[in-house]
Amino acid sequence: MDEKRENTDIVLTEQQQRSRRARSIAIALALGALVILFYIVTLVKGPGVLNRPL
Amino acid sequence: MTDISAADHAVPLARAPHISEASVGDYVALLKPRVMSLVVFTALVGLMVAPTHVHPMIGFTALLCIAVGAGAAGALNMWYDADIDAVMTRTASRPIPRGRIAPGEALGFGMTLAVFAVAVLGLLVSWLAAVLLAFTIFFYVAIYTMWLKRWTPQNIVIGGAAGAFPPMIGWAAATGGLAIEPCLLFLIIFLWTPPHFWALSLVRTDEYARARVPMLPVVAGPEETRRQILLYSIVLMPVGAAPWLLGYAGMLYGVTALAAGATMVALSWRLRIARASANKPAMQLFAFSILYLFVLFAVLLVESGLGRLLGRAVT
Repeated sequence: MDEKRENTDIVLTEQQQRSRRARSIAIALALGALVILFYIVTLVKGPGVLNRPL
Repeated sequence: MTDISAADHAVPLARAPHISEASVGDYVALLKPRVMSLVVFTALVGLMVAPTHVHPMIGFTALLCIAVGAGAAGALNMWYDADIDAVMTRTASRPIPRGRIAPGEALGFGMTLAVFAVAVLGLLVSWLAAVLLAFTIFFYVAIYTMWLKRWTPQNIVIGGAAGAFPPMIGWAAATGGLAIEPCLLFLIIFLWTPPHFWALSLVRTDEYARARVPMLPVVAGPEETRRQILLYSIVLMPVGAAPWLLGYAGMLYGVTALAAGATMVALSWRLRIARASANKPAMQLFAFSILYLFVLFAVLLVESGLGRLLGRAVT
């Protein structure tokens, strides 16, 4: 069983780990910015943000 | 025994997933930042010349969505055109041909950004602007990249519409509707695109031929391309001045548009009569065409800014 896992496990190189970490941080920052954007626009629009005629 | 052992090793190797070493910079390169900057600038002009006040935060959101949407279209273009990019010097260093980003990753990245950009623009700014942005991305990726680019020498003439939509999206984001003014801005970029791109493709004819892209110089030859560049530049001159002629822009814009248009025509004429092998006139026209569009839109922006300042001073 352990032998099987050894064959399929992937060990990332240092470069791959660094790149993945940088990409993860960039995604987190982008999502954080999106949350802040929605928050500020909601404040700017005020109650009108709910006024959406169909 | 040896064979079985080799087969045992072959399975995990064959199934070994692609592990990306792509940096954030590689993903930024997928967004075609230089094209994006021109898109953002023309969209900003569309937004600013609209006769309504837009809250700076709403304007910023609109431009951000338009920028991300343009970037998404760029990423999807690079995903589809990776085979062409690999054989052209200008594009061989892009992330996919270089092996930094897998095609599937670029596809997923582009699609995600496209959906986010359109959804956020619709939810926070204007659904008309969002529909226009979605159509622009579709037009650039499906109509231009997948269909026209490899099929007809008129590829950049029709496909140029994709690059001409941003001022209309900016206007729609500001007003929630459309009018003649943004259509004129659309027309200026639409007619500007052929001389701009064909000037560059005259210099890169061999590369386009090698990549089997039927650009006009490859299919019809440099002589015909130079003739058509001149014709488009002549038509562009009055269309460039149309916002002033129709009373939507001031005298400063009118004089600038006529002078810049005349320079475009002069450079196109010089290219028309130049030696067939001379690259310099083509590159000069290409460089000036970028300046032409920037100056015209910048003057519109300045006039609109001045108009608002004077309006405020009067009231």
